[in-house]
Amino acid sequence: MRHTISILLENEAGALSRVAGLFSARAYNIESLSVAPTEDPTVSRLTLVTRGSAEVIEQITKQLNKLVDVIRLIDLNEGSAIERELLLMKVRAIGGEQREEIARLVAIYGGSIVDVTESSYIVEMTGDAIKLDAFVEVIGAKRIMEVVRSGALGILRGTKALRA
Amino acid sequence: MSEKLRGAEIFVRALIDEGVEILFGYPGGAVLHIYDALYKQDRLKHILVRHEQGATHAADGYARATGKPGVVLVTSGPGATNAVTGIATAFMDSIPLVVFTGQVPTHLIGNDAFQEVDSIGITRPCVKHNFLVERVEDLAMTIKKAFFIATSGRPGPVVVDIPKDVTANVTGYAYPKTVDIRSYKPTTKGHPGQIKKAAQLILSAQKPMIYTGGGVVIDNAARELTEFGRRLGFPVTNTLMGLGGYPATDPQFIGMLGMHGTYEANMGMHHCDVLIAIGARFDDRVTGELAQFCPYAKIIHVDIDPSSISKNVRVDVPIVGGVANVLTELNKLIEESGWRPVQRESDGWWQQIREWQKVECLRYDRGSKLIKPQAVIESLYQITGGDAYITSDVGQHQMWAAQYYKFDKPRRWINSGGLGTMGFGLPAAMGVQLAFPHATVACVTGEASFVMCVQELSTCLQYDLPLKIVSLNNRYMGMVRQWQEFFYDRRYSHSYMDALPDFVKLAEAFGHVGMRIENPADVDGALQEAFSMKKRLVLMDFITDQSENVYPMIAAGKGQHEMHLAPASTDRELA
Repeated sequence: MRHTISILLENEAGALSRVAGLFSARAYNIESLSVAPTEDPTVSRLTLVTRGSAEVIEQITKQLNKLVDVIRLIDLNEGSAIERELLLMKVRAIGGEQREEIARLVAIYGGSIVDVTESSYIVEMTGDAIKLDAFVEVIGAKRIMEVVRSGALGILRGTKALRA
Repeated sequence: MSEKLRGAEIFVRALIDEGVEILFGYPGGAVLHIYDALYKQDRLKHILVRHEQGATHAADGYARATGKPGVVLVTSGPGATNAVTGIATAFMDSIPLVVFTGQVPTHLIGNDAFQEVDSIGITRPCVKHNFLVERVEDLAMTIKKAFFIATSGRPGPVVVDIPKDVTANVTGYAYPKTVDIRSYKPTTKGHPGQIKKAAQLILSAQKPMIYTGGGVVIDNAARELTEFGRRLGFPVTNTLMGLGGYPATDPQFIGMLGMHGTYEANMGMHHCDVLIAIGARFDDRVTGELAQFCPYAKIIHVDIDPSSISKNVRVDVPIVGGVANVLTELNKLIEESGWRPVQRESDGWWQQIREWQKVECLRYDRGSKLIKPQAVIESLYQITGGDAYITSDVGQHQMWAAQYYKFDKPRRWINSGGLGTMGFGLPAAMGVQLAFPHATVACVTGEASFVMCVQELSTCLQYDLPLKIVSLNNRYMGMVRQWQEFFYDRRYSHSYMDALPDFVKLAEAFGHVGMRIENPADVDGALQEAFSMKKRLVLMDFITDQSENVYPMIAAGKGQHEMHLAPASTDRELA
């Protein structure tokens, strides 16, 4: 099953490699990983998407907690959470009809066009993975020049907060 | 702030303030400032080894025997990489080490400088934690944190990588009195509700087994475990790492369990209805085939490391906490319940265990014309009064030592259980002897393991370490040969030790005493003579029966009840 795990990590050199190294050493898989400092510059927040049986996920959270640099973590699947991902896409857009169709699709999916040339657009879009996957499919491999995705970010709904 | 010191002086002062008495090391370019600071003081004793692997194993042996952290100092590059095997050995067995590695100056890091290696990267998967000290201002606090992390919770090795310029730079020194790491708060007290649940299950058992491991030794909980076992009257088995945690001569002790455990211990595990696992981690050498492990048992598991719980085997009552604390609480509950210890004479479960004991699974041929390795260990046990510190290398001799030397006290049996590192025994014994200069310390080894760190015989001479080395020389990598005999149709691929040295002359060349023993009748006399030489290291080269195998044995992939027994010990069909 797919799990999204949010981790507060000491913002120190090598801390990220401890997390990544744990996954490779114990043969767990990482589907996506995104990390950036928080409002407290000594703390990084890391969102990690992984897959595994309940037993494997239990081991993953225990092993992560064991890392000295991990301050706190939460498995977002244990509650109701909001998940978002950022997508940037460079698409081929040549001729009035094609350019209009792409612009229309971007509008339907709630994205925006942030760069324009005579033959291309850059599209910016946020959403959960399912929506972004659908958009990628709709545009189609023929028109896509480049896709960049951030990997998922997640946060629990409600007043409960994950803090150091 | 107080006095200004150079980084190298801070290093020395911090170690002294931490209470370190001894460190094991080998100098080199990146640590020359530190070695200069060591030269100018006489409070820290530095032991010069002959290879950095020896330094880590010696510090490890010191830590296992004393319970105090072992301290190592090596240079950058090859100094650090040579130390890795010892670091990984300590990691697998949860031994507290603090290993200081020199590093090239900060401005050269990443430049492929002379003797540069990414020590942090290389050691990361086999340490509890590691630090790169980038500023001299951080040095004292980092050392404090390193000792705290290495020795608390589930202990383990911590590496501190110190660039050369950090040891030259100057700052104010004050050793921190306390340390607080917000991301590291090990649990030591067990959950009272879980402990109550465990006690209820324990007291309802009809066929109980107490299965304990290295956690009992590490947490200094042998006294609490012994009380626990005797209050209950239940059978007790120890893992390889747990030997000495419960007195081996106690009638409730039914031997080691696992791949080379006793018949009664493994059968007891297989048939028990309540398994009480304490400070043990359900290693594959203990469980055998997981699908067949303890099929009838409810399982209680006490461990300080939450990730050890339900890692290999699902447990019914997990308790995260220090073993000594939890056992103290359990002992109170058992006392309050008014429980009377099980009477071994009348109890049905004990009757069954006695039946299994009748198999005499550790029997061997005592009439042989060749020296039987088991007989050497039995004599060693007699002659040392069962009270020696025994280190071992890895292989058949290790198993025989574990089976035939009855450890009544914790921290007396010192071996590389998890990683299985050949070459561990001799340097580990040095660490033990340095910790206890007047104690009897013997290293049980084989001719293959022994030569892996043989250079440390020089260290033993330099520091007058009167070790007794008991080498069971069968001219084979015995355990490899045994597996080849059983599973590879006797194709002894590269397991024969050809071109062996003359070990007597070898010992003498290093300035020690060497003995060769070829006749069973000479075994006792040789051991007596060797152990009477209180001030000399004696290397005893016992020429043993080449064909001897370690029994009982559970082959990989088999259940605990599917043991091979020694051909001589029984003629009955086994379950």
